[in-house]
Amino acid sequence: MDFMTLLQILDSSLRLATPLLFACLAGLFSERAGIFDIGLEGKMLAAAFLSAAIAAVYGSVWLGLFAGLMGSLAMAGLHGVASITFRGNQLISGVAINFLASGLTVLIAQSWFSQGGRTPPLSGGGRFQEINLPFADAFSNVPIIGPFYAEVISGHSALVYVALLAVPLSWYVLFRTRFGLRLRAVGENPAAVDTAGVSVIGLRFAAVAICGLLCGFGGVYLSTGLDAGFGREMTAGRGFIALAALIFAKWRPWHALYATFLFGFLQAIALRPDVIEALLGFKVQVQLLKALPYILTVVILAGFVGKAIPPRAGGEAYVKER
Amino acid sequence: MQIMPKWADIFLIPLINLLLAFFISGLVILAIGEDPIAALSLMVEGALGSSYGWGFTLYYATNFIFTGLAVAVAFHASLFNIGGEGQATLGGLGVALICLLVPWPHWTIALLAASVGAAAFGAFWALIPAYLQAKRGSHIVITTIMFNYIAFSLLNYVLVEVLRPAGTMDPASAKFPEATHLPTISDMLNAVGIPFAARTPANVTLIIALVACVAVYYLIWRTKLGYQIRAFGKSEPAAKYAGISSVKITMIAMAISGGLAGLMAINNVMGEAERLVLNSVEGAGFIGIAVALMGRSHPFGVLLASILFGFLYQGGAELALWTSIPRDLIVVIQALVILFTGALDGMVRRPVEQIFLMMRKSGG
Repeated sequence: MDFMTLLQILDSSLRLATPLLFACLAGLFSERAGIFDIGLEGKMLAAAFLSAAIAAVYGSVWLGLFAGLMGSLAMAGLHGVASITFRGNQLISGVAINFLASGLTVLIAQSWFSQGGRTPPLSGGGRFQEINLPFADAFSNVPIIGPFYAEVISGHSALVYVALLAVPLSWYVLFRTRFGLRLRAVGENPAAVDTAGVSVIGLRFAAVAICGLLCGFGGVYLSTGLDAGFGREMTAGRGFIALAALIFAKWRPWHALYATFLFGFLQAIALRPDVIEALLGFKVQVQLLKALPYILTVVILAGFVGKAIPPRAGGEAYVKER
Repeated sequence: MQIMPKWADIFLIPLINLLLAFFISGLVILAIGEDPIAALSLMVEGALGSSYGWGFTLYYATNFIFTGLAVAVAFHASLFNIGGEGQATLGGLGVALICLLVPWPHWTIALLAASVGAAAFGAFWALIPAYLQAKRGSHIVITTIMFNYIAFSLLNYVLVEVLRPAGTMDPASAKFPEATHLPTISDMLNAVGIPFAARTPANVTLIIALVACVAVYYLIWRTKLGYQIRAFGKSEPAAKYAGISSVKITMIAMAISGGLAGLMAINNVMGEAERLVLNSVEGAGFIGIAVALMGRSHPFGVLLASILFGFLYQGGAELALWTSIPRDLIVVIQALVILFTGALDGMVRRPVEQIFLMMRKSGG
């Protein structure tokens, strides 16, 4: 494998890691506040569909972004009402949201566009365009760093940089603000937060809303940045892989970046059978390559996590008085 | 204190949940520009209005009984098995191997062997996530979902590279030999003089599904193992204190669950398609979740909920045929049923409890 191939793989790793990173940070906020969310997948799917559909109709990716975020927020609101207000089972609510998104997106896509559950392909203003960072061309002659900067760091759509910025921002909000302290406390010991006179319900809804927004970004990126249009079940388990990455990262923002980049790298390498063949010296079945990210998710969850302790009050609804 | 009488808890609440789910589904149909009342009558006519419709409704219901029981058994151990889809896929592989590799003299023996194969393959596919949960602490929900994807890739590989007969392009196995053909419900009913539409897929597997319902009831409420499963599900520390091994119960409960999901394959692979195709499960593994929730994890409830979903599935197919409503409507209804019976249960339960409290006060 030569240097340029490596750069290409790293470049697509970053692209493929972006939706995972958004979803992972989304789950981070939710679970840190004590709300399990296996509905990341459904929220991303809803956002992916709505953004692609609106962008296809109006030709504006920004309108699409707005619609996608709203769709994901609505799903998050549903999860909040079910699991916070009515103290329902959070896992079941998440499963319901996944199916709801899976069915509704195809149903509406078919009814609007009649293209077998897809949206029309997006082009021009309907997609997020790639941004060339300053000096990418000027530096490209500098050995190693130049091509790395030009190929891997530069030349992504805006949402990739939003995802990368969301990491320090999440860290700051969670670990350096009063809101973040309370949010983490509500996931560990909601009764203590309640005793201090802070609303447990309010904090948890805030966390669920942040989760919805971040999932929305991830979904919008899938259909308007990574791909050009929405397709049936296009999230392909990314919401669940993000949850695995979250456990791997032990609910910490910077580690979420590393974990999702690892999963992005695995997905990127699965797309390059030629490179795998050159590295291993024999041909690997295409079906095995497709299953590779899922198998490695299981392997990492089972073998390399070590002791991952989730937030203590996770998955339990808070009952003020008994 | 029991606020509500038992019948309200078992029938009234699920009924209200179901009506809410149907109401929202009606709004969805309205929103895509179709008439929900006309759609409903078309569904009832198509699924229940003739023995032809019943032949399909019962066929789908058979699938859902198996996957619903699978989810229900795991629920009793407080395990959430979302891997029914993958386990049923593997079960199909087991059925195909047994039907294709052994020259069976008669369908009864073939059915017996295929059942064992289907259950064994399904159980195996559930045992890996169970082991990883029990021994390595990896989350069973995530691993079972991952195993659904892996099962699909595995089946794709086996069909394309191993089982596909030479000279065909279709990723499917060869047709099973004639001796493994299962009698359909219409064969059996016509033989005793009851008219029933031919060319319907409901087959003898339905009887096995009913037996499975009784067996699961007996297992959960009448055996020591069932008691251990329920005790473990109610409180893991208490079960441990009583000397029940959490590793053992997790593994056994998931093996039974996966085995039941795998058994579904004798219905769809051996009974209907008579060859193994890609995506033969068609989401039945996921519908098992809705069925188990609706049926309150009780075999009789699972049976009723399965017939309901069989009706929805066949009715949905009729809708897709005659109107512009795609089959994906069934996924939406399924999601809403899971949402209202599973997650938003408290929304219905609390007001109903209030009404019963008021009635009791004014009555006493």
